[in-house]
Amino acid sequence: MKQADFVSLVMPFKDKVFRLAKRLLVSREEAEDATQEILLKLWKNNKKIDEYKNVEAFSMTMTKNFCLDRLKSKQAQNLKIVHSNYTDNNSSLQNQVEAKDSVDWVSKIMEDLPEQQKIIVQLRDIEEYDFAEIAKMLDMNETAIRVNLSRARKTIREKLTNTHQHGIK
Amino acid sequence: MVLNNIEKLIEKYHNAETSLQEEAQLKAYFNGDNVAPHLEHYKPMFQYFSQSKQELYTKDVPLNTMKIKLYQWISVAAVAILMIGLVVPSFMGPTEQEKREALLVYNQTMEALSIISLGMNEGKQQFNNLALVGDNIEEGVQQASKLGQFSTMTNKILKTKNN
Repeated sequence: MKQADFVSLVMPFKDKVFRLAKRLLVSREEAEDATQEILLKLWKNNKKIDEYKNVEAFSMTMTKNFCLDRLKSKQAQNLKIVHSNYTDNNSSLQNQVEAKDSVDWVSKIMEDLPEQQKIIVQLRDIEEYDFAEIAKMLDMNETAIRVNLSRARKTIREKLTNTHQHGIK
Repeated sequence: MVLNNIEKLIEKYHNAETSLQEEAQLKAYFNGDNVAPHLEHYKPMFQYFSQSKQELYTKDVPLNTMKIKLYQWISVAAVAILMIGLVVPSFMGPTEQEKREALLVYNQTMEALSIISLGMNEGKQQFNNLALVGDNIEEGVQQASKLGQFSTMTNKILKTKNN
């Protein structure tokens, strides 16, 4: 496999790898390093890459494992929290500030979720994979994924409703 | 009707029973402007999901073939420089015409220099003559001193005669 082939193969899902890494590692720099690492690993094994049935699912599994390892290792003990800039949605300034605030708040709620649920929410709600694919990536059965996803979504709803109604943070 | 539908979907959504199409429907609804007030608090969640999806990985990945290519190019550059070093002097160096002219100028210079050296030799001979003159003067001085001796002797003789 040549470099151009590899790049065109990797192009469609490298952002997904990056976002999953960022979900787990929080810091943008850490996530960039992780993504680079994953892509280099794939490139090193590029002779075997044709044997994989689903390179994307395989990469996502790799990313998950790599990031969980990073989190366990001591290297990642001082993670930085980086805020992303959110694009405006054509509402008034007041609404914008409020919206940005609550959108920020969602990312904080997600940070508090257990890792397993974080990964599932990321894959389902953000990357929009179907359950069969997620099951393959995480090596779990679909029912377990549904249960975890339901729990995660309910946790987010609960915290979000609390914030919305009482302004508790 | 629509609102009812959305409420049902949200319930299904939280039980993780929605399909991807239904979730897309929910996202579209909450990213729009007409969100019912009692559902407002779900808005940031779906907005967040949509926004998160737009985040991109912008860093380049240094794939290792690049390095190998670089090394190859370094060897090519080295050979090129070597070739230039060998070829340029033979092309850019002096032509036969120029060499002949240079030899001519050299010979002329040598001739001029030999003439000068001849003159120098003559001058040196004259200088030797001068040295000879110096010797003669010295001899003359000696003879003169002898003359002095002679005159003292004659004085002495004259004195004795006068006494």
